[in-house]
Amino acid sequence: MTEWAVEIDDLVKKFGNFTAVDHVSLKVGKGEIFGFLGPNGAGKSTTIRVLCGLLTPTSGRALVNGFDVAREAETIRRNIGYMSQKFSLYGDLTVEENIHFFSGIYGVPKNLREERKEFVLKMAGLAERRTTMTHLLSGGWKQRLALGCAILHDPHILFLDEPTSGVDPIARRAFWDLIYELSAAGRTIFVSTHYMEEAEYCHRLALMYRGRVIALGSPQSLKEELHSHHLLELISSDLFESMEVVQGVQGVLDVAVFGGGLHITVDDEAAVIPRLTAELQARGITVERLEPIEPTMEDVFVAMIEAADREPKTI
Amino acid sequence: MSLRRTIAVARKEGRHILRDPRSLGMALAVPVLMLLLFGMALSLDVDKIPIMIFDSDQTAKSRELIQQFRGSRYFQIVGYTDNYEAIENAIDRNEIRLAVVIPPDYSRLISSGRQASVQLLVDGSDSNTASIAMGYAESVVRLYSAELRTEGQNRKAGSSGSSQAAPPVNPLLRVWYNSRLESKNYVVPGLIAVILMIIGSVLTSMTIAREWEMGTMEQLLSTPLRPTELVLGKMLAYFLVGMVDLAISIACAVYVFGVPLRGSVLLLIATSCLFLLGTLFWGIYLSAVTKTQLAAYQLAMLSSFLPAFMLSGFVYAIESMPAPIQAFSHLVSARYFVTILKGIFLKGVGLEVLWVDTLFLTVYATVVFFLATRKLKQKIV
Repeated sequence: MTEWAVEIDDLVKKFGNFTAVDHVSLKVGKGEIFGFLGPNGAGKSTTIRVLCGLLTPTSGRALVNGFDVAREAETIRRNIGYMSQKFSLYGDLTVEENIHFFSGIYGVPKNLREERKEFVLKMAGLAERRTTMTHLLSGGWKQRLALGCAILHDPHILFLDEPTSGVDPIARRAFWDLIYELSAAGRTIFVSTHYMEEAEYCHRLALMYRGRVIALGSPQSLKEELHSHHLLELISSDLFESMEVVQGVQGVLDVAVFGGGLHITVDDEAAVIPRLTAELQARGITVERLEPIEPTMEDVFVAMIEAADREPKTI
Repeated sequence: MSLRRTIAVARKEGRHILRDPRSLGMALAVPVLMLLLFGMALSLDVDKIPIMIFDSDQTAKSRELIQQFRGSRYFQIVGYTDNYEAIENAIDRNEIRLAVVIPPDYSRLISSGRQASVQLLVDGSDSNTASIAMGYAESVVRLYSAELRTEGQNRKAGSSGSSQAAPPVNPLLRVWYNSRLESKNYVVPGLIAVILMIIGSVLTSMTIAREWEMGTMEQLLSTPLRPTELVLGKMLAYFLVGMVDLAISIACAVYVFGVPLRGSVLLLIATSCLFLLGTLFWGIYLSAVTKTQLAAYQLAMLSSFLPAFMLSGFVYAIESMPAPIQAFSHLVSARYFVTILKGIFLKGVGLEVLWVDTLFLTVYATVVFFLATRKLKQKIV
């Protein structure tokens, strides 16, 4: 066994002429919560499906638990749990029946079945709903049951493909609590998402865009990469007029509307802040707040993608 | 191959069938409906054919012939006429199917010992009924003429005084196996093949497509479950449904329709299992080549139900089809099964006669099984 739960080396997956995964390399350590970030169509799902042995790589290599996905998919399948984007339990079976079914096909030993079932029911908070038809559960419960069914056989690695899409924020939070529990129990979690705040929950992140990984690191280190640029937040009496003014100020690299204010990227905050304040006041705009802020994941994300777009395309 | 995984799939599939009113309805209502509908409505017996008589002879002899028609349960005389126009009219208006025209010289020819012809005008627009009606009418006339002949001979030999020296020879058609020529005896056993075909192919073909449509297939593929186990598990569930349907069909055939079951019940069940397996595998194969339930359903209807219905010899005699279609019918597994069914039900024969057909069913099931699992594996990777 290797120290890595997932090792991807120069992985390419093409569908006809379309390159969904374009020379991706990354490693995921055991017990890590590894986030896979990126817009729709970036190649996240394809990568995950290759790792689960659902698709064969066009070229390159991918190891899961030290086993090659192209040649040892069957061994891999015994040790992973997978939750696809689309809800994929049986709506016409009860909670318990779904659990029994997956427990059967994962080959959970008979003497452990009851115990695993109760563990999953308790973990997902579905103990009282065991006889409910699954299609009657709300989105959040369904997700938790799906997660529960994917961990019945106590897999080493869990692949979650946008597990929380379409689930309300509270249910999403509860779902992440479960992920933390599993991680604390030593399981590796490979999760894709396009919710920025979820990215912050991950130990490490890969930012995927147009089939390529454009950034890789912990949320903190990704933010620090942006530190050569400084980010200011401006809250003022007139948002749009402020924007116009700010764009004309020397030393301002970029302005974006963010919530109720503006995020301003500058090269040298010490020099630009006084200039900005002066310009705005000259136009009669009241500055309520103007100060350096920590970039959010969304800032990082947008900045990275813009940077990637500026690069000459390599197709 | 894990038995546990296979059984897990079978149990799940069984629950789907029991919970889905559509598939449950199809599984249980189809055989009953088909049996009642075809067993009763698809009657090839022709009874009380409406006929018209045009008697230009108007003698005792001609009336004797007419009497033969009146006495037959196959015919019902709805009118008499003295011209062809009325006959044509009546045929056009569907009032009669057949007209008997007795020529003016009928009795004269008969009396002089020569051959007399009787003209039969048949409405050919329904060729099936027409040929049957014609057959009946011919036999009525032939029977009567034979009677006349023996009568004539008796009369000639009757010089000794006893008028009943030799009883007239009564030629009787003896039909084997289905002695009363009841079409239900012919239709109902063959119907079992059609019913099992529907359950086997049509229901099964949709189950894997359903997994694709619901997105559960991907989930299944990420588990250690193998295609073979998925196929066998699903089949196990539908196999049980097929067995229930078989029981319903046999019970219906024997107790409702009174079809004789002369052969071995054990052989009947064994060959049915074999046939059912083949059709189930075919359903799975179709399922693997399509990704939507609708496409699977249509393909199943086209490739299994229709051939089973048309080309199995269930109702339509294969011998009277054009040669290329006859050749094609050899590929239809139902054809062999219908032969087996009729053999067991009506003739009471066993494997000593039916082994070729049984062998074919075995080969068919094996070949389709390999096709289906291979196709499914290809599709998945």
